[in-house]
Amino acid sequence: MNPGIPINTTNSPSVILELIHRIKVKDVMTSQLRTAERTTTMKEIQRIMRENKISGVPILEDYRLVGMISVDDIIRALDQGYIDSNAELHMSKKLIVLEDDMPISFGITYFEKYKFGRFPVINKEKELVGIVTSRDITLGLLVELNKTIEEMEHQIQTTAQPLREGQERKEYFVRQYDYEQAGRASTEIKKYLNEKGVDKKILRSIAVASYELEMNLVNHSVGGFMIFTIQPDRITIEAVDKGPGIPDLEKALTEGFSTANDWIRSLGFGAGMGLPNTKRVCDEFEIHSEVPHGTHVKGVIYLKKEESAL
Amino acid sequence: MKLSQLEKELELRPLQVYKDEEWESAYTSDLLSDVMGNAPGDSVLVTIQGHKNTVAVATLAGIKAIVLANGAPATADMLQAAALENIAIFSSPKDQFHLSCKIGKILNLP
Repeated sequence: MNPGIPINTTNSPSVILELIHRIKVKDVMTSQLRTAERTTTMKEIQRIMRENKISGVPILEDYRLVGMISVDDIIRALDQGYIDSNAELHMSKKLIVLEDDMPISFGITYFEKYKFGRFPVINKEKELVGIVTSRDITLGLLVELNKTIEEMEHQIQTTAQPLREGQERKEYFVRQYDYEQAGRASTEIKKYLNEKGVDKKILRSIAVASYELEMNLVNHSVGGFMIFTIQPDRITIEAVDKGPGIPDLEKALTEGFSTANDWIRSLGFGAGMGLPNTKRVCDEFEIHSEVPHGTHVKGVIYLKKEESAL
Repeated sequence: MKLSQLEKELELRPLQVYKDEEWESAYTSDLLSDVMGNAPGDSVLVTIQGHKNTVAVATLAGIKAIVLANGAPATADMLQAAALENIAIFSSPKDQFHLSCKIGKILNLP
């Protein structure tokens, strides 16, 4: 059976893309694990598979993952007559693993790329915490898709806030972990304001605030909206998300404090400078957050500094 | 100074055709928030972050060229985005410290 999941991770409808970036591996994986040790016999592993109706057993040594035995390995052992020998002689040692807080878009890509039936899942401490099959991902996606469609049906009736005279508004949806599109809202708004002749220095402040808030949505939220309201004398930049909320706002506003994981950091983000940078460049700054409901950040930058100083 | 002069003096390898723009200062960092907040405009960025998000930051910060140190590779979508935004991408086998020192000499930094 081809374990691939027929979803294009860059080119699908935006609802699907939002979901595969929002749902994490740990949300869909199986965490009740049946494991074995190096010295467990292939025969014993065959029994574990049969009794638990599973097709792969991780081999552990001191809680650390050292190998995998799949049902194919068992069939080969039966066929070639070594079913009574130890697992360590026959297990796959070159393991491809997923991290528990990666989005399932990674899982989808891995199943397509490596053709394995399952991937072991590890946490930040490199401990084995679960196993994920392509079926787990498909089921998790289907359940969330159901919820999302229900929400969308409700939302169709809601209307946007009316604009006052002389105001313009631009809204962008920002997806969690979507590093492909990250920065799009900020880049577009900067180009737009540049064409309107906004001063270069002010433009830079707008770019900093907008980009930091946009990357916060990408790195930390379940996804949300960037809303820009442009008036003749000011621009209001808002980042609104539906979760998970910030438990300690004071810490979040402290330079150097970050909750980003290793792979976010490896991309050059998560230095703990986002909110402090934003606050610094804004003329007005407000932040409200509630766990788990979400965060609303609002920054205002004056477009005509001299006049506002008078 | 033109980017082509930088290419020559630092023996850089351009990863694609670029627009030969003027540059006047430089910044070295791998933290994109740091680059976003502190890199000067019309500058050259020395980094090892060879992916598309670096181009987004460069565009927003007004950076004209990205120099990838230590032979760090650039992803295909990075090059595509850079072409679109008119940002030059160079590669060098030298590390960030050496590249920065050389640029400092070009700029006559004390």
